[in-house]
Amino acid sequence: MTAPVPPVPPVPPAPSGPPGESVVPADQLCDVRLTVNGVHREAQVPPRRLLSDFLRHDLRLTGTHVGCEHGVCGACTVLLDGRPVRSCLLLAVTVDGHHVTTVEGLGTPDAMHPVQQAFRECHGLQCGFCTPGFLTTAAAFVEENPDPTEEEAREAVSGNLCRCTGYQNIVRSVLRAAEITRDAAAREGGAP
Amino acid sequence: MTTKLFGEPVQRVEDAKLVTGTAHFLDDIGHDALGVAFVRSPHAHARVVDIDASGALEVDGLVAVYTYDDLVAADEAEGSTVAQPLPLLIPHPSLHAPRTGYALARDEVNHVGEPIVMVVARDRYLAEDAAERVVVTYDFLPPVVGVAAARAATHTVHEDVPDNVAAHLLQVVGDVDAAMTSAPHRLRLDLDVERSASMPMEGKGVHARWDPVDGSMRVHSSTQTSTSVRAAVAARLGLPAGKVECVAPMVGGGFGVKIVHPWPEEVLVPWAARRLDREVKWVEDRREHFISSAHERGQLQEVEVGFDDEGRILALDVRFWHDNGAYTPYGVIVPIITSTQLLGPYKPGAYRCEWWSVYTNTVIVTPYRGAGRPQGVFAMERTVDAIAEELGLDRAEVRLRNFIRPDEMPYDQHLTFQDGRPLVYDSGDFPASLAKLMELVDWDGTLATAAAARAEGRRVGVGLACYVEGTGVGPYEGAHVRVDTSGKVKVATGLTTQGQGHFTSFAQIAADELGVPLDDVEVVTGDTRRFGYAVGTFASRAAVMSGNAIALASRKVREKALRIAGEALEADPGDLEIVDGQVRVKGSPGAAIPLATVAVLSNPLRYAFDEASKAATQFAVGDASGPPIADDEEPGLEGTDYYSPTQSTFANGMHAVVVETDPETAEIQVLRYCVVHDCGPLVNPMIVEGQVHGGVAQGVGGALYERMAYDENGQLLNASFMDFLMPYASEIPHIEIDHLETPSPLNPLGIKGAGEAGVIPSAAVFAAAVEDAEGFPITRMPISPSELHDLRARHAAGELRALRRRTTTEETS
Repeated sequence: MTAPVPPVPPVPPAPSGPPGESVVPADQLCDVRLTVNGVHREAQVPPRRLLSDFLRHDLRLTGTHVGCEHGVCGACTVLLDGRPVRSCLLLAVTVDGHHVTTVEGLGTPDAMHPVQQAFRECHGLQCGFCTPGFLTTAAAFVEENPDPTEEEAREAVSGNLCRCTGYQNIVRSVLRAAEITRDAAAREGGAP
Repeated sequence: MTTKLFGEPVQRVEDAKLVTGTAHFLDDIGHDALGVAFVRSPHAHARVVDIDASGALEVDGLVAVYTYDDLVAADEAEGSTVAQPLPLLIPHPSLHAPRTGYALARDEVNHVGEPIVMVVARDRYLAEDAAERVVVTYDFLPPVVGVAAARAATHTVHEDVPDNVAAHLLQVVGDVDAAMTSAPHRLRLDLDVERSASMPMEGKGVHARWDPVDGSMRVHSSTQTSTSVRAAVAARLGLPAGKVECVAPMVGGGFGVKIVHPWPEEVLVPWAARRLDREVKWVEDRREHFISSAHERGQLQEVEVGFDDEGRILALDVRFWHDNGAYTPYGVIVPIITSTQLLGPYKPGAYRCEWWSVYTNTVIVTPYRGAGRPQGVFAMERTVDAIAEELGLDRAEVRLRNFIRPDEMPYDQHLTFQDGRPLVYDSGDFPASLAKLMELVDWDGTLATAAAARAEGRRVGVGLACYVEGTGVGPYEGAHVRVDTSGKVKVATGLTTQGQGHFTSFAQIAADELGVPLDDVEVVTGDTRRFGYAVGTFASRAAVMSGNAIALASRKVREKALRIAGEALEADPGDLEIVDGQVRVKGSPGAAIPLATVAVLSNPLRYAFDEASKAATQFAVGDASGPPIADDEEPGLEGTDYYSPTQSTFANGMHAVVVETDPETAEIQVLRYCVVHDCGPLVNPMIVEGQVHGGVAQGVGGALYERMAYDENGQLLNASFMDFLMPYASEIPHIEIDHLETPSPLNPLGIKGAGEAGVIPSAAVFAAAVEDAEGFPITRMPISPSELHDLRARHAAGELRALRRRTTTEETS
């Protein structure tokens, strides 16, 4: 076989048969309009484009990571209208009209979200690959439950896999994030 | 004085980027690169008869399809060697029948997942479209799956290896037969440890960019060794080493699997990038990682032990069979470590270990965190527990009686270690470690509580396991330290980082040595553009090797800084100190010069292009009658040094676990997990504890949940996170840790490695605890609830004898 093989024009699809015999038109594009981290974005994507790939490679928001492509590890977790979802299990076209928050939208190195601050303080990460999924999950959890027990904190992150930390410091981080959030609320609301 | 940073739980400097999504992993670069997908063998053993790629041509966006024949043609045309078998990285005299695969299968596939066809397209989606249209025709061959089938050798993996044995090694210390024959007691154990895998959250990945103008290649790889990937790529592509750079970006975990190199993709992606003159990227998906990246652990073991009435081991005779998978590119490091680290903190009267490393039609087996030690510790600790059981002695007491004593250090086990050097323990205080663990877990109290619980009908058990771990394996690492004219310190070391916090712990070391604030130090690892000589990150060696190299290089820089500052301040360098980035006369803080100015002075270039160089013009340094740069001197406030030890340094640890098993479901619940760990002085205790936590979690996974479920056809039935059960937070117990800090006499910082420790005794300690809870022997790990349920049935049917300590009286101590 010679290589590289030059692209050839598509041939008409076979009348029937198993996958592999019909040609997918790669240029079929759909419009997507959504808000990502508070910014309105518009794009044209193939219907099969995963939300994770759309965020990472089309919008270049590479903070969201992909660890398993089948919705189990949770590294790709983003917030869809404030609720944690697995971006590797969603097609970009299905979030048209919605709000997506990625780890980049939680905070920046100079202005961190309480969960980001807490994970750093409590050594809640090592390689950091799974971390964005934990952060988005924990951010939604702390908002819902600002005063969790250790058991509740552990339960909250029990859908995300981490291979480095053994979770002990992640659980501490979630509790600490809640504490930071409560302290900030107390300061804003004045002393009780 | 500047506060000493060594030993402080300093927050990690790398985390600000990692928690805000601004750090860059492999797939975060090269958005416009061509995508790659591989056609991989769906069969465990077959001849490749034909490859028909015509269907792939239908896919719009396809760029290239490559098979083995294309590699041969390219080698003939371009002088590359990409069609040659992949290298045998670590030859060993025992490895008499090494076999390695090809970057793309030549005519035979030996495991599911072996790459056969490389497809390059505009993106990964299209590459996969094309890959699934490639039709490969196979002639099936009988697969060999599992150690038992390999030993039986009814069928062979490689036609020219009729007994399926890749390697065979016998190590003997003392007269085992005589000691065994005369021993008052003898026991035999048959043990079995199944396969698991490193399974980092980020799979492998390679990105390559060819520069046709100067004929250079830049490779990014999610690797544990960028310098060696660089060397391998240069060798395969026929490029001078100086024309290839390799960078490990942020790496999402390694745990061993990423030390193997070159992976087929590390050869093929740069090769295709040069051929196509386009950026090319391949990012492994999870299924590819399961079936194409390495596994570890699988061994069958036979142990015979002779001991006296006090439980002292007089003779230990071990035979084991190690499943090395289809090929041996990384040599036989794993079984060598099993056989040499098996002895742990003990000194048997005589020791014989014979092992066979066998081929199977499964993916390759290379080191995974612990690297053969968990299996060795399993054999040894199951044996010590069996001795205690046989004699009715306390399990901790039997261990104590067999320990090497502190006054016997350094202790020569008279074996040859993985580095080819004598296995000599440099330091350690095993009785003190055990005493700390006994206190941490409250051994006697916990045994009594467990016994009381059992008396109430609950199934509670306690386990204990000890290990010694050779860390900081040579041959060397190096470092370059430079003080910029801004006063900032740039540290570069060649080995790589996969989450161990090197950017922080290495900065702590350099900051202490140079007397500068931590914030002024920036560490770079795994980038051949910054440091070209290195070995890699494995074997708990990074802190020991690069940590010491950084200390030594920093000391060189410090010495130079003091000399130049001495000239500028007209003071004896011996009277100077560096505090907070200022070189000053001790006891006279007014006489000072910033390190930044010293850096400017170190380079006799007198263009006052910034404030620092202007400030430097007010000082006179050097001998006005000599040349501005004296003989044997170099401009710049920088230095390079290497650390190369004569041997490994040995850390140790002891774990205890309390479990309760469910009488109905046989679910195993961890009630307590205690660790005593001695890796010498801790550079950053927060990081070391994190390493222990992570190791224990992988150990819990390996003991209770994870296994590679190959069927008899060599199909991996659980190649996804749905079915390969890695523990979540809900499965990992709270871990209690205490430290002993016995310094190593071998290196300037006195430190020992900590990376692998947590995982090493897990199979052993859980087997001991479940055995204690259930009252019958556990000899096979991991153990799932269904297996425990089956063992209970066999025990009830009288097929599995009860522990003596359950049939007579409860264990006493």
